[in-house]
Amino acid sequence: MSSNDPSMKAPEALLVVDGVTKRFAGVTALDYVSLEVRSGEILGLMGENGAGKSTLLKILSGVQPPTGGSIVFDGQDYRPASPDEAKRLGVVTIYQELSLIPTLSVAENIFVGRAPTGPLGLVNWRRMEREAREIIARVGLTLDPRTPVSSLSVAEQQLVEIARALSLDSRLIIMDEPTSALTESEVQTLLSIMDRLRSDGVAIMFVTHRLEEASSICDRMTVLRDGKLAGHLKRENGMPIAISGIIERMVGREASELYARSTERPEAGQVRLSIRGLRTVRDPEAPHAIVLEGVDLDLRAGEILGVAGLVGSGRTELARAIFGADRIAAGTITLDGKTIDPRTPADAIALGIGLVPEDRKHQAIFAELGILNNFSVAALSSYSNRLGFMQERKERDALEIYRKMLSIRMAAPEQAIEGLSGGNQQKVILARWLARDPKILIVDEPTRGVDVGAKAEVHQILVQLAARGIAVMVISSELPEVIAVSDRIVTMRRGRITGEMPALEANEEKLMALMALDRQGGIAA
Amino acid sequence: MSTTVANQERSGVDFARILVSFGPLIFLAALIVVFTVMNPNFIDPINIFNIMRQISITGLIALGMTFVILTAGIDLSVGSLLAFCGMVAAVVAKGGAANTLSLDPSQAAGYGWFAAMMAAVLVGALCGGVQGLAITRLKVPPFVVTLGGLTIFRGLTLTISNGGPISGFDASMRWFGTGLIGPVPVPAVIFIIAAILCHIVLRYTRYGRAVYAVGGNAEAARLSGLRVNRILISVYVIVGFFSGLAAFVLSARLNSAEAVAGMGYELTVISAVVIGGTSLFGGVGSITGTVVGAALIGVLQNGLQFNNVSSYTQSIVIGLILVIAVAFDRWLKSRVRR
Repeated sequence: MSSNDPSMKAPEALLVVDGVTKRFAGVTALDYVSLEVRSGEILGLMGENGAGKSTLLKILSGVQPPTGGSIVFDGQDYRPASPDEAKRLGVVTIYQELSLIPTLSVAENIFVGRAPTGPLGLVNWRRMEREAREIIARVGLTLDPRTPVSSLSVAEQQLVEIARALSLDSRLIIMDEPTSALTESEVQTLLSIMDRLRSDGVAIMFVTHRLEEASSICDRMTVLRDGKLAGHLKRENGMPIAISGIIERMVGREASELYARSTERPEAGQVRLSIRGLRTVRDPEAPHAIVLEGVDLDLRAGEILGVAGLVGSGRTELARAIFGADRIAAGTITLDGKTIDPRTPADAIALGIGLVPEDRKHQAIFAELGILNNFSVAALSSYSNRLGFMQERKERDALEIYRKMLSIRMAAPEQAIEGLSGGNQQKVILARWLARDPKILIVDEPTRGVDVGAKAEVHQILVQLAARGIAVMVISSELPEVIAVSDRIVTMRRGRITGEMPALEANEEKLMALMALDRQGGIAA
Repeated sequence: MSTTVANQERSGVDFARILVSFGPLIFLAALIVVFTVMNPNFIDPINIFNIMRQISITGLIALGMTFVILTAGIDLSVGSLLAFCGMVAAVVAKGGAANTLSLDPSQAAGYGWFAAMMAAVLVGALCGGVQGLAITRLKVPPFVVTLGGLTIFRGLTLTISNGGPISGFDASMRWFGTGLIGPVPVPAVIFIIAAILCHIVLRYTRYGRAVYAVGGNAEAARLSGLRVNRILISVYVIVGFFSGLAAFVLSARLNSAEAVAGMGYELTVISAVVIGGTSLFGGVGSITGTVVGAALIGVLQNGLQFNNVSSYTQSIVIGLILVIAVAFDRWLKSRVRR
C-alpha cells in the first residue's frame, strides 16, 4: 500500500505481530490480531475499553505470553518471559500508573538498579547526576536531577520515564494512555517530544482513547474491537487520519450517532442555585491547588449548565466548594432564594445537592462492596427504619427501578462493583444520587473512563434528569461532550468565569479561546 | 461457546466462592478432626466448653477489633486497656484499692458487680473514644495513637494498683467468670450473645453499612454524606467497650485484677480477626469470620496442650498455623479471581 506513496521510504518493520491470540479460561481476549510498527513512526493502537488493547500490551511487555501467533522484533523471534526481559530486548512500556519511585530523585530513578559506581563499588553521584542531566535534556527537561520525583508534575514524571526508556537504548516505546492526566499544554509538549523521537528513528506505539491527539500525530493506526482487528488506517497525502473513520471502526457504527441531541428541551425554569463572589482558601498543605477568585453563577431548574475549563481552571474546585467539600472563604450561595452554607458534603446532600466526582475509583466507588451497598450509601436513612435497621427489600426494589431506568448491566445486587464496566459503574453512581431525588446534581467528568458506546447513554440520562426538573451542572474537559449535552456553557480559567454562551452558539474554537483568554497563540486547536 | 460450557463454568465459580467464604471454617474443622484423631477425648463436651471459656476473653475484644479493622484502623492498646479496666472494676467492686491483699469477700465494702461492670465498660469506651478523637482530630495514625495508648493504659493500671493485684470478689461477681448456665460457661454465653449482636449490627443496620463504606473508601464515604470522623471515633469506642467487658469477665474468672493482665492480647485479638478473613486494608470482613478465627486459635492452643506439646513448641506451631491459615485463605481467593 505504501509503495504508491513516493514520499515514504517504507522502512523495514521493527515489530511484526502476526495472528496473535490470547485466551483466558474460555474467553478470547485477543483473536488473531496482526500489526506492524516501523522505526521512525508512531502507530496508534485504538479501541474501546475491553477491545483488547491492554491484553496486547501485556503480551508485548512480557507480562503474559500469547496463546497463539507469532511476534518478530528486529528480525528475531520475540518471546519475553518477563517485563525485564522485554526491556533488555529494547521494548519499554510506559503505563498510565507511572513506575517511578516518588521518594527518590530524578537521577536515582533513571539509574535505579544500574547506578554508576566508583572503584570501591560506591555510587559515583557526580557522574550519575551529570549523565542524568544529559538524558533528561533529550526530552526537553531542564530541572535539577537531584529533585525528588514526588515534587514533579505528572507530565514531568512521564518525561522522566520516557528519558529513562531512552537511556536504556529502547527501540520501541509503548505509551499507554500517556495524555490522560495532562493539561492541554503539557499534552502539546509531549506530542512534540514524540515527534522528535520519531525523527530520531525511535518506534512509538501510542495507546489512547483521545481521538484528536491520536489523529494529529499518528502515522498509522490499528483499531481493535472486541478483541479482533477492526482495521488499519494511515495518513493519506499528509492529512491527519479522519476521526469519523476511527470512531466507526471502534464502535462499528457511524460517529454521528454519538454526541447527538435527541430532543429539543423545554425552557429552563427559575433560578435554583445562585452563586455570588465565591472564593476559596488556599490550603497550606496544598499550596499549588487552584483557588476560586470570585465566581458568579446561576443554575436554573431543568437546565444543563456546562462548565468548560482546562485542568487547573478551578472547575472541579467550584463543584467541591458548592458541595461543601472545600472550605469557602467569601461569597454567598443561595438555593431557591435561601442562603446556604454547606460546610461538609453531608450538609450539601441534606440540602438536595449531589456530586458525581471526577475520579470515580478514588472518590465515588467502594470497589469491593456490592452494587447494592454502592447504590444506597448516600440514602441509607431512606432505606432503614427508625431503629437503624436496613430495609433491604425496599432497597433492592429501588435499585431494580434504577437498573431498568438507566439500563445498568449487572449480574446481581451483591456483585462487587469493581466487576462492572466503567459506564455501568457510572450509572450506579448516578442512581446513588437519583435515589435522593436531588434538586441539583453536579457531574464532574461524566464519561471519564466510559466506553464510547456507553457515553451516549450517560448523556441521554443527564438530559432526562434535566427534563425531570433537576438543575444539572456538567463539568468536562471534553469540549464536544460539553457542547452536545449542555443548554448553556460557561468557561473558567484560573478560578474565574471567563465567558458564557448558549450551547447552540458554541463551538470548540470559541470555547477554547475563552478558556485560554489571555494566552497568546499557545493553544493548538 | 455453547451454553452448557458457560453453565459449567459458572457453577465451578460458585463452588469456589463457597469454598472461599468457608475457608477458615474448613481449616478449623480440619484441626478439630486432627486433634480428635490424636486424642478422642478432645471432642468431649467438657473440653469443648473449656475451649469456649478460653476464647471468650480475647474473642470479646476481637468482636470490637473487627469494627476497627473494617475501617482500615488498628488498636494496639486493647491488652493494656483490659488491664486498666479490670483494675477499675476491682477498685469499684472492692470499694477502694486499699485492701489489696484481702481474699475475704466479707471484708469488701464495695459497690457490687453491676457497678464494677458498668465502670469497666464505661472506662473502656471512654478511653477508646479519646483515642478515636486523637486519630480523627490530630490526624495521628491509629497505629501510633494506640501504641501510645498501650503504654499509657499499662502505666495507669500500675498507678492505681501500686503494681500489685486486687483480689477477692463476692460470689455474684465471680459468677460472671466461673458460673455455668446449664452446661455452658457464663463467659462463653456472654461471648456468643455479644457476637450475635455485633453480627446483627454490622450486617443489618445503617451503622454497619457506614462502617463498611468508611473502610472501603473513606473519601467516597465523605462525598456520599457519611460523617466519617464520627464513625471512626465510634469504632474505637466499641473496641474500648468490649475491652472493658472482657476485663470484667477476666477479673471475675481469676477472682483478681492483675496489673500485668492482658499482656500481648492485642496480637491474639488481631490474629483472630485477620484469620477470620477481615482485610487489614478495611471494607472486607465479618463477625462470623472473627468468631471462627478466635475459635481456631483456641482449638489450636487447647489441642496442643491436650497432646502435651510444650509451651515453647506451642508458640512456634501457633505462629506457623496463623501464617498458613491466612495463606490458605489468600490462595483460595486468588483461585476464584482467576
